[in-house]
Amino acid sequence: MFDSLTDKLSSLFKNLTGQGKLSEANVREAAAQVRLALLEADVNLQVAEDFVARVQERALGAEVLSSITPGHQFVKIVHEQLRETLGGKREALRFASQPPTVVMVCGLQGSGKTTTCAKLGALLKRSGKRVILAAADIYRPAAAEQLEILSQQAGCIFYKSDSTDVAAICAGAAEAGVRKLADAVILDTAGRLHVDAEMMEELVRTKAAARPHEILLVLDSMTGQDAALVAAEFNSKLGLTGAILTKLDSDARGGAALSLRAVSGAAIKYVGTGEKLADLEEFHPERMASRILGMGDIVTLAEKAQAAFDSKEAAWLEERARKDRMTLEDFAEQLRQVKKMGSLQDLAGMIPGMPKAATAEIDEKAFSRMEAIIGSMTPKERRNPQVFNGSRRQRVARGSGTSVQEVNQLLRQFEAAQKLMKMAARGKGRRMQLPLGMQ
Amino acid sequence: MLRALKQSLSKARHGVFGAVAGALSGKRSLSAGELDRLEGLLLSADVGVEGTRRLLQAVRQGPSELDALERLKAEMLAILAPKSDYRPPGGENGGKPAVWLILGVNGSGKTTSAGKLGSRLAGRGLKVMMAAADTYRAAAGEQLAVWADRAGAELVASKPGADPAAVAYDAVAAAQARGTDVLLVDTAGRLHNKKHLQDELRKIHATIGKRMPGAPHLGLLVMDAATGQSGLAQARLFSQAVPVDGIVLTKLDGTAKGGIVLAIAQELGIPVAWAGTGEGAGDLQEFDAEEFVEGLLGRDDAEA
Repeated sequence: MFDSLTDKLSSLFKNLTGQGKLSEANVREAAAQVRLALLEADVNLQVAEDFVARVQERALGAEVLSSITPGHQFVKIVHEQLRETLGGKREALRFASQPPTVVMVCGLQGSGKTTTCAKLGALLKRSGKRVILAAADIYRPAAAEQLEILSQQAGCIFYKSDSTDVAAICAGAAEAGVRKLADAVILDTAGRLHVDAEMMEELVRTKAAARPHEILLVLDSMTGQDAALVAAEFNSKLGLTGAILTKLDSDARGGAALSLRAVSGAAIKYVGTGEKLADLEEFHPERMASRILGMGDIVTLAEKAQAAFDSKEAAWLEERARKDRMTLEDFAEQLRQVKKMGSLQDLAGMIPGMPKAATAEIDEKAFSRMEAIIGSMTPKERRNPQVFNGSRRQRVARGSGTSVQEVNQLLRQFEAAQKLMKMAARGKGRRMQLPLGMQ
Repeated sequence: MLRALKQSLSKARHGVFGAVAGALSGKRSLSAGELDRLEGLLLSADVGVEGTRRLLQAVRQGPSELDALERLKAEMLAILAPKSDYRPPGGENGGKPAVWLILGVNGSGKTTSAGKLGSRLAGRGLKVMMAAADTYRAAAGEQLAVWADRAGAELVASKPGADPAAVAYDAVAAAQARGTDVLLVDTAGRLHNKKHLQDELRKIHATIGKRMPGAPHLGLLVMDAATGQSGLAQARLFSQAVPVDGIVLTKLDGTAKGGIVLAIAQELGIPVAWAGTGEGAGDLQEFDAEEFVEGLLGRDDAEA
């Protein structure tokens, strides 16, 4: 996400690290570089300048000048300032003491509101909540149909009304929430421009009628300078309680996150990271700040692995591997587990030091092809890959729509994986953390 | 600090742009403070650090018979104007249909733009067909159907989950059979940095060419005017996948200035073809570089 900013700051701090002490001059130089990096990352000009002024103020104090490693100290200050601006500790969705919790979702056209509503519904549903998704976008053609289909996929109750009064629709949805004993009612409002007085007034009326507990702004992470103005306007009209940053799986540097937080004070509660309904993650300012500074995002990666892995299954697999009885069937099972974690590109992006260009080249279908190859084998071949001769390889390649080279490659990968597992098993029975495909 | 920021932001919207532009007029050389303010204006319009650097260079070193404002405008128009002269091929000449491929990231406004384009073309008396090749997003086809209906265009619908390349192929066949002038192929939103999705786009493009050699005749990249620096990457990566002939710059009716298109034109030579300014079927104009530059310099905010 913040890759380019990361690159900029790391090369900057590499230069700083070589020096004994920081002079006022090189603090200024560093601060100017941070400003440029922030601007290139789409941080709003005024937010960037405010941020830089604070960094400079802190850096010029004794804490840097008297420190032994000024480079590290500077990194720490930028990191802390970034984390503070992004919101210190992360904030979760607040639930009303008396259900249902009414969540009003608003934003510009195309920011991803409808998809985000469904993702949020799916997230709450997974934690055992009963959720109503209400269609309050009466303007965009087929918006209600889209939400209806997504509601089904998310396992939520779909609500719509024939009324053309958005405030009345939303009040009706909140009432339906009480009647249907829902835990949460999510209101999907129409996209609108922050300068459209009439449409903003509609949101104000909707707020008064539906009395939402949470008012969330959905913001596209690819937004440029305008993000600050948008956030400021929505906040002044509605009093935002939070925000959701979408499309963070793009290569956008995501400076909009900083702008949004700085001008509205609204906490970013979730981030959208993909097209699937499960692709909504909690926002962690400290991780985001670490990411900005090139420390990678291993914590998220580990959490994803944990969520995707059926621990019983993993233990069983580990056992098989230790006894050296791992077969290609097990290998296929592991591929499926890895696929559950999300797109490979996203996963690779979380690995510290992984260059951007490398992650863009990742072939998302590689795992599917590997599954197809294994699927084209006979059970005997899967359990006992030694039987593979030339004609078997050709048959499998034909059956899976791949080439003999790819079949060979997979068999080699499997062999390497087996070896690794044997080694891991011998080494004190260390618990397997990541699936084989990741190693 | 919060309030101060908010105030200065709203000041930026109401007039500071105009004031900066005003301060440049009549001046041959600018003070450091004036250059800083001009830099701020350009950066705030999403022109980007590099694009801004180049423009400031032009202001400093432009022809001496022009004042600073004239130099800036001349440079911007030089970047935008020659290309904004270009005429999007219609179905008037050459074989029928002219196939236009509509692409862009999620939420940029592809379907709405396709709808508006359809209306405009139909308004010129052309026979228009729209193909819903977004088989991924729920109800995308229904949305396009409403637009096709408004425009009086024919629609090639698709089933969710269908192969978009196959939909596009069938649409070309249908358009050929019915004597359609322009076929608009609305593709699914896709992020430019997802290789498999760009590959899919490549496949759609190739498949259309299989049915009708030489097609698609026009690739239009739809981009939200609020897009930041990622716009450059969008233009670069989409045009690596398929030929991109022009940009449809959408949502220009907000406060976003769309300055990233200057950087795109500068670096990649991709012009802006159309500008979207509202929700109505008629709210799409052929891009006017002069008007755009005036807007970017804040002249439209002069009333405040």
